[in-house]
Amino acid sequence: MLEPAPLTAATTPAVSVRNLRKSFGALEVLKGISFDAREGEVISVLGSSGSGKSTMLRCINMLEVPSEGEVRIAGEAIRLKDGRHGRQPADNRQLSRLCTNVAMVFQSFNLWSHMTILENVMEAPVHVQKRPKAECREEALDLLAKVGIADKRDFYPSHLSGGQQQRAAIARALAMKPKVMLFDEPTSALDPELVGEVLRVMRALADEGRTMLVVTHEMAFARDVSNRVIFLHQGLVEEDGDPADVFTAPRSDRFRKFISSHG
Amino acid sequence: MDFTFLWETFLKLLSGVPLTLNLALVSTAFGALLAVLLTLMRLSSWRPVGWVAQFYVFVFRGTPLLVQMFVIYYGLGQFRPTLQAWGLWVFFREPYWCAIFALSLNTAAYGSEILRGGLQAVPHREVEAARASGMWGFLLYRRIVFPIAIRQALPAYGSEIILMVKATSLASVITMLEVTGLAAKLISQSYRAVEVFVVAGLIYLVLNFAITRLIALIEWWLSPHLRPAPTVSSGAALHHA
Repeated sequence: MLEPAPLTAATTPAVSVRNLRKSFGALEVLKGISFDAREGEVISVLGSSGSGKSTMLRCINMLEVPSEGEVRIAGEAIRLKDGRHGRQPADNRQLSRLCTNVAMVFQSFNLWSHMTILENVMEAPVHVQKRPKAECREEALDLLAKVGIADKRDFYPSHLSGGQQQRAAIARALAMKPKVMLFDEPTSALDPELVGEVLRVMRALADEGRTMLVVTHEMAFARDVSNRVIFLHQGLVEEDGDPADVFTAPRSDRFRKFISSHG
Repeated sequence: MDFTFLWETFLKLLSGVPLTLNLALVSTAFGALLAVLLTLMRLSSWRPVGWVAQFYVFVFRGTPLLVQMFVIYYGLGQFRPTLQAWGLWVFFREPYWCAIFALSLNTAAYGSEILRGGLQAVPHREVEAARASGMWGFLLYRRIVFPIAIRQALPAYGSEIILMVKATSLASVITMLEVTGLAAKLISQSYRAVEVFVVAGLIYLVLNFAITRLIALIEWWLSPHLRPAPTVSSGAALHHA
């Protein structure tokens, strides 16, 4: 830890979000969201489309810069400043360092098309974290074996199925040894028969005790794998709790309707 | 057909090939550097800088290369005292450097537009993935944006290089004895315009055939991701983890 934290590491949340607001022009997508993700928590973020769940996730690693509010990664606040085009990161070095602690898996995989699968996985450890290449290679091969595509390491993303690409993207995210993993609808772009292989990998990660924030429509994953559910509605947290509680006895009528319409 | 004459013409014109290639390669190299600079100016968030680049492209794409060459070769002579004071006269008194200057400025205008197209077509998703991995600034451009942009721009840039080889023929009007310059000289001696120009045309055709093959090879080498997936056996051979 770089700054002397008043709290012990065990109680410092992995991600802490305070009063997060985001507007696109006149449209206010997030209207003041606050929550803490503790280490080891697997949080499913649910909500109908337009509820702001993807935007919230993208505000955590500054792919969208919040209009207001604060994001802390392992206790360290991401510094923002007012620039010519609204708020922007104040210190790119700090953001870069914090981003390697917060890996993201995207809906459409977003692998780098000009690199092989192995190169994709090695890229951030070697060039951002500046770790020894040989060591990164070993780790990358282990990660590809872990997600079940070791034999595809010299293939290019375009040669792989959607499920294989998403597993490669998960390996790429893991390669940075992140403290938190963000998943932005990781199975929404997949053919139904490929969803299972990606969910299996994510379940294994949850079982390892990794801190995960998962925006998803997979109710079974939210119910069975995650240990906390956050339901967003029109840019606000509408329901937040243990899946065992919220699925059986939802406090909010909107969440009740949401689960009944999503099976 | 007078094959002896054609063969002699061919041998004579062949001695112009080094200058033709020299003009094309040197000006393409200078032009590419300037094109990168213009592209960065064009995409700069500081708008006046973008306007300067846009105006440059407007002027150099909108006027004939021949006119640009005349203006530089004959026009700059009028500013000889100033150029001498600046120590630039050693360049602008030489037709070679005037030709290089005109060709470079001209191809930079086209090249910057090709690069801009390549850069703007870089998938936003791949850039986001890079930013989410902690990449920013020069690293992001060096590792992700430029490699993808160059692959996308290469087919169009290849055409520009071929156009440059042909554009060097205009240097003959400012006394350069490259292939076309030699051809004009031969015609004034022999009055056999058709034969000489047919041979000259064939020489350009062979040069550009070689260049297209070279560019195709570079494209092939840079785009394994666009080719079919490796076969199972070669994939298995590589797999020894």
